[in-house]
Amino acid sequence: MARRVFQVGTERTAKRSAGYRRPGFLLPAGLMPGLAGAAYNINFPDPVTPIARETLHIHNEFMLIITILFVVVFAIMIYSMIRHRKSVGHQPANFTGPNSKLQWLWALIPFAILLFIDFILMGIPAVNAIIEMEDTKTRADMVLKVTGMQWKWQYEYPEAGVKFISTLATPREQINNAEAKGEHYLLEVDKPVVLPVGKKVRILLTSTDVIHTWWVPQFGVKRDAIPGFLRETWVKIEKPGIYRGQCAELCGKDHGFMPVVVHAVPEPEYLAWLDERKAEAKAAAGGADRTWSSEELLAKGQEIYGKQCAACHQPNGQGLPPAFPGLAGSPVVNTPLLGKDGKIIKDSHVDRVLNGKAGTAMQAFRNTLSDVELAAVITYERNSFGNHRGDMIQPAQIKSLRQGESR
Amino acid sequence: MSATTTLPAEGHDGHQHHPGGLTRWLTTTNHKDIGTMYLTFSMIMFFIGGLMILAVRAELFQPGLQLMKPELFNQLIGVHALVMIFAALMPAATGFANWMIPLMIGAPDMALPRLNNWGFWLLPPAAFLLTLPFTLALFGVGDGALATGWTFYAPLSIQGGMGVDFAILAVHILGISSIMGSINIIVTIFNMRAPGMTMMKLPLFAWGWLITAFLLIATLPVLAGAVTMLLTDRHFGTHFFDAGGGGDPILFQHLFWFFGHPEVYILLLPVWGLIPHVLSTFSRKPTYGYKAQVYSFIAIGLLSVIVWAHHFFTAGLPVPALIYFMFSTMAISLPLAVLFFCWIATMWRGAMTFETPMLFAVGFIVLFGIAGLTGLILADVAADAQYHHSYFVVAHFHYALFAGGIMGVMTGVYYWLPKWTGHMYSEPLGKLHFWLTVISFNLTFIPQFFLGLAGMPRRIPDYALQFAEFNAISTVGAFILGISQLLFAWNVWMCVRGGHKATPRVWEGSEGLEWELPSPPPHHSWEVQPQIK
Repeated sequence: MARRVFQVGTERTAKRSAGYRRPGFLLPAGLMPGLAGAAYNINFPDPVTPIARETLHIHNEFMLIITILFVVVFAIMIYSMIRHRKSVGHQPANFTGPNSKLQWLWALIPFAILLFIDFILMGIPAVNAIIEMEDTKTRADMVLKVTGMQWKWQYEYPEAGVKFISTLATPREQINNAEAKGEHYLLEVDKPVVLPVGKKVRILLTSTDVIHTWWVPQFGVKRDAIPGFLRETWVKIEKPGIYRGQCAELCGKDHGFMPVVVHAVPEPEYLAWLDERKAEAKAAAGGADRTWSSEELLAKGQEIYGKQCAACHQPNGQGLPPAFPGLAGSPVVNTPLLGKDGKIIKDSHVDRVLNGKAGTAMQAFRNTLSDVELAAVITYERNSFGNHRGDMIQPAQIKSLRQGESR
Repeated sequence: MSATTTLPAEGHDGHQHHPGGLTRWLTTTNHKDIGTMYLTFSMIMFFIGGLMILAVRAELFQPGLQLMKPELFNQLIGVHALVMIFAALMPAATGFANWMIPLMIGAPDMALPRLNNWGFWLLPPAAFLLTLPFTLALFGVGDGALATGWTFYAPLSIQGGMGVDFAILAVHILGISSIMGSINIIVTIFNMRAPGMTMMKLPLFAWGWLITAFLLIATLPVLAGAVTMLLTDRHFGTHFFDAGGGGDPILFQHLFWFFGHPEVYILLLPVWGLIPHVLSTFSRKPTYGYKAQVYSFIAIGLLSVIVWAHHFFTAGLPVPALIYFMFSTMAISLPLAVLFFCWIATMWRGAMTFETPMLFAVGFIVLFGIAGLTGLILADVAADAQYHHSYFVVAHFHYALFAGGIMGVMTGVYYWLPKWTGHMYSEPLGKLHFWLTVISFNLTFIPQFFLGLAGMPRRIPDYALQFAEFNAISTVGAFILGISQLLFAWNVWMCVRGGHKATPRVWEGSEGLEWELPSPPPHHSWEVQPQIK
């Protein structure tokens, strides 16, 4: 399987970069039980894109500058605090400003230096970096569209027609301390985004609900995903590996639980992976045309529910009212499936899942889930958590509903 | 004016006219009483806001969710910020202004005493509104307080529960209170200075507050407008911030930070005004560069309203905007450097002693220096892509607002407490408080700089394992910091109750009109304005 191929392919590189640089110093292992070996860092993680290298360089340079400023200024102050004390018998002077040309010179030199630091020493590299950072279009090899949604990321390869949703893979039991935490606790996803190394990837960002921020520290890239607008940035990953980041803008309840994981692989591996995704998408589209049994739909629905719905509506369907209503016995779930004319009834269960509810966290799933997934999850919800509608909806029905609606 | 409403000019003993008990405080128009109320309110809210963040830090002590759900976590961080900014820092500064500006400029009271009373009494209901949703949620009403962070970013705030509405209302009331306070201070400074006190003889504390007052009047209405637009988006079908209706979520950020950035200087200018008084007193040497400091205050005030977009460099602004906001932000470092220069030059060749206020002033200068220097590199758009939304920023603004704001306020409290109460506070306790505060503050926030650099986003209730050690250290620091503040409250309380009698001058090197009056000053002071030569 191509999937296994790329995993093998990245395993060896993953060992080398492992997301974060191994520490320069480590607290004695065992000081924090269960955390032995957790790597950490006192500077930016290893840069793997031109932007990240530039950023790290600028950061190091500025840190040096401000450290020198800090030390010089406060050395003068501390000297004064030691020498000019009443207890050592120092008599106070009473000057209130520079009163000779020489003193004026002394007073003005620091400002000339600061002006130079601000606008020349720091300013010029900064301007160059900004221009490079914002140049998303020149010689871009491919486009990746990133859509933030509460609380997961959707990745789309528009040229290939491939898209999928990437959600947190860390089990709830680890978060609730019922299980030992894994090595990549909170920084692991079910489906990582895969990008080729050495290619300039233009990344377009948007969101379906609130503002999210896509951030991978090793890429030096952090850009907001804003609902209703497209933002862009770019990466050119220089080293194969697994790179981890997180949503950086407070986006509601599970803001801390929507990681970004990027697998950077050599181009042939990337293309093989992409072909496999294409085949998968085709198979999924084909699945919409056959009739599914209720057992199949319920099994598939349970899987989808766990990934897409359980964060808010909870695995037991009880929800977290009032913000996230329960589905057990919910009046919305217990509406008739479709109208007599075969169309969607407004505010019915199908309408809510497909179109969401404006002004709430309930998003429209019509563009994020496939026909099969939608049919499965709707069927599952109607026949679980004590709901006994006993009916089901076929992927083919969803398909025609979507086509009918979009016209 | 009719004769019946005019107070008798002579024979007004002025000390025992006020009613006793609660009515005294409800109806008082005396600047000292109102100042005391502001400061008391501020102290109470400081502890409430502190408790909130200690709960947050406790949750962050270890990875995994131990104490609270993410929903509550999000509420606590946002309300902590609003409480600390609007209900602890701003009222403390207003309390200082009320107590000290009339004493310092030789005025009998504030110009608009009834407005002054109203300005204060708006605060408790606002604080109540802000925190009420926590309590309501306990009884199953609503889903708790504002959970968007203090910045109210749309569309998250459009999606939020009724806690957002409570917070909007609270912000409106707090804003009205601040605007009234500002009008009062401006009118007082412009009209009620003692004869002979020209603007260029005005004490620096009054100058700092004057700029703050103008900034408040210039920017608070913008915040009020922004949150009102948010309210109508939430309930009345408008789409100011909803792209689906032709609006723009980033518009909210522009409006919010047009207020939000000057707000930083609103909190800091009164402190920058008071620090030179303390330095001059304990260096026994006149303030260095008075005019330079005044002009710097004005320059910072002007610059502060044209740099707001550096708070959202990652939102995807056009390149020219990025460059403009970067350079305008860096420009603030120049007037700020003037202030640092003048502070250190005031100490230079003085005869320093290090009583508690001086310790706090020096601690303020060093730690606020870190805030300023990290602010300078945050202004850099390219590097900001890494710092932004991370713990680096959290550490940076706590150096500005705790070390700059709160420690500045503590400087003022220790400096003026003997004047207000007529008693000396406990010097050993004050010094202990200082050292505990400085050490635990750094223990809390230095690790956060490193967390940010290593890639930990802010406002997350749980984190990856490589952030565990620094978070644990930070939490330990935060608890020591929180508990040490009880020493402060105890010291203040004991000083109010009694202690060594303070002299009118209180400090050997103190200069200015306020030190001409007895400690504590009579209920009505400067009924005859002094003549300034």
